[in-house]
Amino acid sequence: MLLIPCPWCGPRPDTEFVAGGQAREPLHAGDRQDDANWADRLWGRDNPRGPLHERWWHVHGCRLWLTVRRDTRDHRILDARAASAPASAAPAWTGDAG
Amino acid sequence: MRYHLLQLIRQAWHGHRGWPPAWRRAEPAARYDAIIVGGGGHGLACAWHLARDHGLRRIAVLEKGWIGGGNTGRNTTVIRSNYLREPSIRFQDESLRLWSTLSQDLNFNLMVSPRGQLEVIQTWGKLRDARRRLHLMRLLGADYELLDADEVYRRAPMLRRDAAMRLPVLAGAWQGRAGTVRHDAVVWAYARAASALGVDIIEGCEVTGIDLRAGAVGGVRTSRGPIACDALALAASGHTSHLAAMAGLRLPIETLNLQAFVSEPLKPMLDTVLTFPALSAYLSQSDKGELVIGGGADPQASYAQRGSHAVLEDVTAAVVHMIPLLARVKLLRQWGGAIDVSLDTSPIVSDTPVRGLFLSAGWGSGGFKSIPAGGRSLAHWIAQGRADRWCRPFGLDRFRHARALFETASASNRL
Repeated sequence: MLLIPCPWCGPRPDTEFVAGGQAREPLHAGDRQDDANWADRLWGRDNPRGPLHERWWHVHGCRLWLTVRRDTRDHRILDARAASAPASAAPAWTGDAG
Repeated sequence: MRYHLLQLIRQAWHGHRGWPPAWRRAEPAARYDAIIVGGGGHGLACAWHLARDHGLRRIAVLEKGWIGGGNTGRNTTVIRSNYLREPSIRFQDESLRLWSTLSQDLNFNLMVSPRGQLEVIQTWGKLRDARRRLHLMRLLGADYELLDADEVYRRAPMLRRDAAMRLPVLAGAWQGRAGTVRHDAVVWAYARAASALGVDIIEGCEVTGIDLRAGAVGGVRTSRGPIACDALALAASGHTSHLAAMAGLRLPIETLNLQAFVSEPLKPMLDTVLTFPALSAYLSQSDKGELVIGGGADPQASYAQRGSHAVLEDVTAAVVHMIPLLARVKLLRQWGGAIDVSLDTSPIVSDTPVRGLFLSAGWGSGGFKSIPAGGRSLAHWIAQGRADRWCRPFGLDRFRHARALFETASASNRL
């Protein structure tokens, strides 16, 4: 089981969350400059074997959307913060949730 | 060496000490016409078709571990063609047709067992979907029939039937040509047949880089040194994304974990593949008597090859709910595989913007059943430079042309 450290509720089991996939920048009209670029913005995923920035929705908790940095090789959570927090802000939580 | 009855008697006479290895352990050459990354079913099938149908001579299959150690050895061995979309049904039904004679074609007993698949329908929405699918399957010449609840209980008498069920059985859907195949044998059979035609199968050889020359593939760097090639195909299941990234490509693929488990061996109790779509669980009984049980994929990206406990709980609870006599049966083993799920849950069998680079990817939970047709289609791409009729809708460019093909009849669907 994943224990996801919600900055509001504390460490909670992944069954309280909905996985939202890779965290991506919002789409802009400028992304449509050509079809290939637009398709990549819509469909392309980094899918790294290693640390991944991803969204989780704490639907059975505080209903906050989180941005979590998790290693896809061993599920170690490296960072978790509210999705609305700027990426440059100090992490709301760091450490090992197991 | 061909396998046949006289050979078996001859070998038995000599105490079975004269059997040669089924395939050669090859050393990498400096150059190949075609290199296939991934020694699973798809990669080995592709190599065999390249050698047999297209006359390519210098072919290598590179496998970072041992052949069949990935998802071909980690699935639940089910074959079927009852998909949702027309191209998927056509493709999978062709694959089912190839499975039916594959043991003879490869001269290897794959224990193909068309024992049928019984879908237990427990919601009105699913019943409506099954009716729609029935008509589409019939139009495409694939077998599919609807059963009433009594017939479902006649074919699967161990199913629970009482008023306290959360979702009562409304009906069933049956595909008689569906079934199971011995998965390891598929790997060994293709490897043996390909090796006999001169294909080099190189195990313990991990690809660490892809060399490009003027936008085309020039070769690969591997843990056993650089190898030059004209064509390169990625058939590495969950690992396609980071391999393709070596050639500068970003794909519409996520890698998820799909797990399965087997019970302790039981006396024969189940002679079909039994699925509960409403509960995301299915099972069949292996020839050893173990129940082979599967369900849905974990929701988050994972290369861990280790399933989440929540899915294990959900699936076992569903199976015990539907078949209460299994409540005290113990699970013997549990494992996970890193599957490649394309964002529209349909496969990608395709060329790429990089000349000479081909993909067989995004098979999701349906990779094993697709091996015969998928390997043949990939070989067609490599040798002829264009899609065969079966995999034409599965090109990578469908995402750019807004022709995504949402396939919701796969266990990995999340739509």
